[in-house]
Amino acid sequence: MSIDLSQFFDVFFEESFEGLDVMEAELLNLQPGHEDSETINTIFRAAHSIKGGSGTFGFTSVANFTHVLETLLDQIRDGRRQLTAEHVNLLLQSVDCLRALLTALQAEETPDLSNANDLKVKFEVILGGEESASSDTVDNAPQGRESQTYQVDFKPLPHLFKTGNEPLYMLSELSELGDLETHAFCDAIPEIDDFNPEDCYLSWRLYLTTSQPESAIKEIFEWVEDDAEISVTLCGGLFEDDVSASATPEPEFDKEKTTGKETQNIDVTKAPLAAKAKPETSKKSAESTSIRVGIDKVDSLINMVGELVITQAMLTQLGEQEPTENTLAAMQEGLAQLAHNTRDLQENVMRIRMLPISFVFSRFPRLVRDTSQKLNKQVELKLLGEQTELDKTVMEKISDPMVHLVRNSLDHGLETPEDRIRAGKDPVGTVTLNAFHQGGNIVIEIMDDGRGLNTEKIKNKAIANGLIQATDELTTEEVNELIFRPGFSTADEVSDISGRGVGMDVVRRNIQALNGSVEVTSAKGVGSTFTIRLPLTLAILDGQLVKVAKHTYIIPLISIVESLQIQIKKVSKVGNGLEVLRLRDEYIPILRLYQLFNHDGAIEELDKTLLVVVESDNHKVGLLVDDLLAQQQVVIKSLEANYQKVNGISGATILGDGRVSLIVDISGLIKLSGLKRPGTQELLVEQELDEAVS
Amino acid sequence: MKKILAVDDSASMRQMVGFTLKKAGFEVTEAKDGSEALSIAKQQGFDAVISDVNMPVMDGITLIKELRSLPNYKFTPLLMLTTESGLDKKTEGKAAGATGWIVKPFNPEQLLAVLKKVIR
Repeated sequence: MSIDLSQFFDVFFEESFEGLDVMEAELLNLQPGHEDSETINTIFRAAHSIKGGSGTFGFTSVANFTHVLETLLDQIRDGRRQLTAEHVNLLLQSVDCLRALLTALQAEETPDLSNANDLKVKFEVILGGEESASSDTVDNAPQGRESQTYQVDFKPLPHLFKTGNEPLYMLSELSELGDLETHAFCDAIPEIDDFNPEDCYLSWRLYLTTSQPESAIKEIFEWVEDDAEISVTLCGGLFEDDVSASATPEPEFDKEKTTGKETQNIDVTKAPLAAKAKPETSKKSAESTSIRVGIDKVDSLINMVGELVITQAMLTQLGEQEPTENTLAAMQEGLAQLAHNTRDLQENVMRIRMLPISFVFSRFPRLVRDTSQKLNKQVELKLLGEQTELDKTVMEKISDPMVHLVRNSLDHGLETPEDRIRAGKDPVGTVTLNAFHQGGNIVIEIMDDGRGLNTEKIKNKAIANGLIQATDELTTEEVNELIFRPGFSTADEVSDISGRGVGMDVVRRNIQALNGSVEVTSAKGVGSTFTIRLPLTLAILDGQLVKVAKHTYIIPLISIVESLQIQIKKVSKVGNGLEVLRLRDEYIPILRLYQLFNHDGAIEELDKTLLVVVESDNHKVGLLVDDLLAQQQVVIKSLEANYQKVNGISGATILGDGRVSLIVDISGLIKLSGLKRPGTQELLVEQELDEAVS
Repeated sequence: MKKILAVDDSASMRQMVGFTLKKAGFEVTEAKDGSEALSIAKQQGFDAVISDVNMPVMDGITLIKELRSLPNYKFTPLLMLTTESGLDKKTEGKAAGATGWIVKPFNPEQLLAVLKKVIR
């Protein structure tokens, strides 16, 4: 039977890459000395599966390399060896190496084995040379051998059947090796009263004349060695009654290296690989254009399509009927349902493009680990908001700028452990990646608790580079901004990690190309935070629909703290005629949306309206609206792309009834209202409040 | 038609074993770990079970132990898939009630040849 193994390659590669991801993630979790057995077991299983598959499907180079990995992991798993940081490093390098090997094989290229061989030597050193080459297996029978007769005595123990073995099949196997003469001994069969039908009472003396080696015979009984008495002796080529005494048994197994067998395996795979010359687009491009979607999303799509089909069938049926008052009403109902279904479908299809940012975040544990080791720094990486979703295309493009910023934090931001101790800090520095939605944007923060930006140094450098004049008076923010100027680098020397010609200016340009922005805030000795804001052109937003005059606006649900009715006696006026509401211990500035957006016909009496308290950049403001409407997910359409940038508005959406509704940008609104002094984080109202209240 | 239960956490191995056996005229049911296999095996009978050893949730040795203790699987051939580096598992497997083992890597022909030892 010939089976083309190449049909299983795709699945094999897919699961192997998944296995490597698992290995990498678990390895990064390992703390040598505190490893838990389940983690080791998971890593072992992944390596084991890759090895088993690659061996089976003929990728011997991968199988051979994985073998040493597996051996080491097995020893650690069994407690025969203590896991060290060196092991973890080596295993991580092996993961990279395997990924490269498999990628080459998947692309049907010959993999470069030099790295694998280097690593393998390192493993073998650790393993003390006990793992040499590949292991032995029983060789296939050499052909052209003289026929010989063997006497085989086979006496199963009574429990043989309970091992699932069947003597009949063994005898039949044996007969396939040559001429077989069987003698059965029935003398052990007990009286019927003592007879246990589950036990085996028969035993056999067999004479086999065969050109096969003795090992072939032994192989047949291999599984029952411990469940039977077996002896195989050579009868000297002639059929004699009792020659066992004079027989010289062959050397037990002729062990030969399996080289012959392995070449065979390679041939097996090479052939289908070569035959696979179908017009096939490159695997690489197929990968980058495909998308992995949670099964729940696909399920809900299938559900919706199902409903759509039902609705469509109902409408068709109605269309065939005589038009009466009743059918018309039913038709209208059906159309409304169709509209509803279509909208749901559209939203859900959009959601498919949205992926959790963990796809980007997941590469950072490894990056931070490797980089911090190179820099001799101790770093803890914290990931927050990993489930925040953003558009796949945005995600692909934000990865590189983020890598640069994280490297930058590690290299320039964080101090060495010694410096940190001297500064009274924990020797282990922290880098935090945080992602969240804010006003139709995704915000990604890269925070470190390092030394912060050195404004003096930046200023001097900028003066030296002619970016500013020595006499310029700059605020801290303005100085910090300088690092994004082209040609600016704070590193004294170009290090291996950063400063390779890719500066912050490139980072900013790449982010701006996505219609995003990047800012830095920093405090000396406390750390720096880089904040990336990106629009979600295709994003879905959970929105609160509100009524302002005759218009419907959408407030991002995530910014809403609470909604309440205003008690007039708690409202006071401060300078500029600004109203503030005392809410528990806080004073909340009230923004009358109808005023900001110039709408007539809104309710102006404070006690007849509602206040939606929202929060942005740690500032709370209250938005005055006429009424709260529904909460729903909305598809964000870019106003900039379709019209122009509007202050205080982050985008638009089309409501179920076809009307366009604008999405309120809270932080933009605060700026628009003049509550915030330009370029600062302070709300003006806070000063005024101090004066008014005191 | 003889029914075989193939258990492996690796989808490609499962597919390969399943495909090979189906082509050889067996009816094949696949399971992705020991626990899934056990619950399937409790619902319907099989003429043989082929199981990987290293699997999440429930490993192959435990599966064999559990199966062998069921009245329906007292005499059923239970084969385990091991790798040459896991040969010490053979003893453990035999003690648990395994009929025999198949050493990975194997090709479809080897699989069928080995299977002939227990099921016809």
